[in-house]
Amino acid sequence: MHEMGIANSILSGVAKELQRRPGARAVKVGVRIGELAGVDPDALSFAFEALTLDTEFAGLAIDIEYVAPRSRCRKCSREFEVRNYELLCPACGSLSTERISGDELEFKYLELEEPESAATGRAEPQVAESPVIGSGAAEIRAAESRVRELEVGKQ
Amino acid sequence: MNRVPMEGKVLNENARVAAELRERFCERRVLVVNLISSPGSGKTTLLEKTLEALPRAGRVAVLTGDLQTENDANRLKRYGFPVKQIVTGGTCHLDARMIEKHIADWDLSQLDMLIVENVGNLVCPSSYDLGEAAKIVLLSVTEGEDKPLKYPSIFFKSELMVLTKTDLLPYVPFDADAAIANARRVHPEMEVVKVSCLGGNGLGEWMNWLERRRQVFLSTLAQPVG
Repeated sequence: MHEMGIANSILSGVAKELQRRPGARAVKVGVRIGELAGVDPDALSFAFEALTLDTEFAGLAIDIEYVAPRSRCRKCSREFEVRNYELLCPACGSLSTERISGDELEFKYLELEEPESAATGRAEPQVAESPVIGSGAAEIRAAESRVRELEVGKQ
Repeated sequence: MNRVPMEGKVLNENARVAAELRERFCERRVLVVNLISSPGSGKTTLLEKTLEALPRAGRVAVLTGDLQTENDANRLKRYGFPVKQIVTGGTCHLDARMIEKHIADWDLSQLDMLIVENVGNLVCPSSYDLGEAAKIVLLSVTEGEDKPLKYPSIFFKSELMVLTKTDLLPYVPFDADAAIANARRVHPEMEVVKVSCLGGNGLGEWMNWLERRRQVFLSTLAQPVG
């Protein structure tokens, strides 16, 4: 259920990026999430949609790359993708391997529509001010009650 | 359309506060451990036994997190150590800001160890760095031995798994060896301590682990950085 807070943090990051690019509109944000990060991609997509609805981020898409953990063999240094928690090194068969990644929760990219009129000076610089920024419990509770409304609406 | 690269962690703000906290804890030489488990696995009871076993002059403090009530803090205050309750008001995990706020009026130089009891939840707390030196996961023998595979994130990130309520092993179908094997599939280096807070078995080993971990922590501080 903490996907709501994570979605909120993603929007904070997007808003921050937009502040540096006056007039730009965010279209899609790409994130990378490791299977061991404890974040469910479907729940995150749903939370993201609920949080952006009827805000200036409405329609902002999220592209989630869900990545498998990787390990490194201590004997032969081979790095490999871990499937089903398999510890065995695929190259030399050693069991002495260490996990090197898997809990990623990071930004990848942001797709933007830049104002064509930026050069002519017609675009009004808009500093994004998100109504959902902040990681306080109150914001998250408000967002969660919105999700409940949405869920009721779906039924 | 223009695609620009974005870098950094999604939980950047939490990561920033956690890094500040970690720096403070290192400066003051306070070992911080973060206890995480499902509700009812025995975090508070293990803490009670821990505080009971510590010398009264021990320089230890406790932060305990719950969605509601001061019950756990009241239980733990009886042992004479500084204890504070963090009431999250519905949030399912502790974050670095809550820790920062609740230690604000504690003099860290008077502490050797801070034990944080997270909200009972095996999922969400694993995503939030609190500036701790080590995460510790508890698994009770009345749960399923496949929990490490169902909730890999927290087992991946914890240094130690404390198997609790082991006095119940004769009465439940729990396979402790399978649980440990599962934990080590997710995290090959996982250390394990088996504890019965009721009978007292394993509590000495648990206390030794904490002291050993503190020595390791202090030895890393002594090393020159870089």
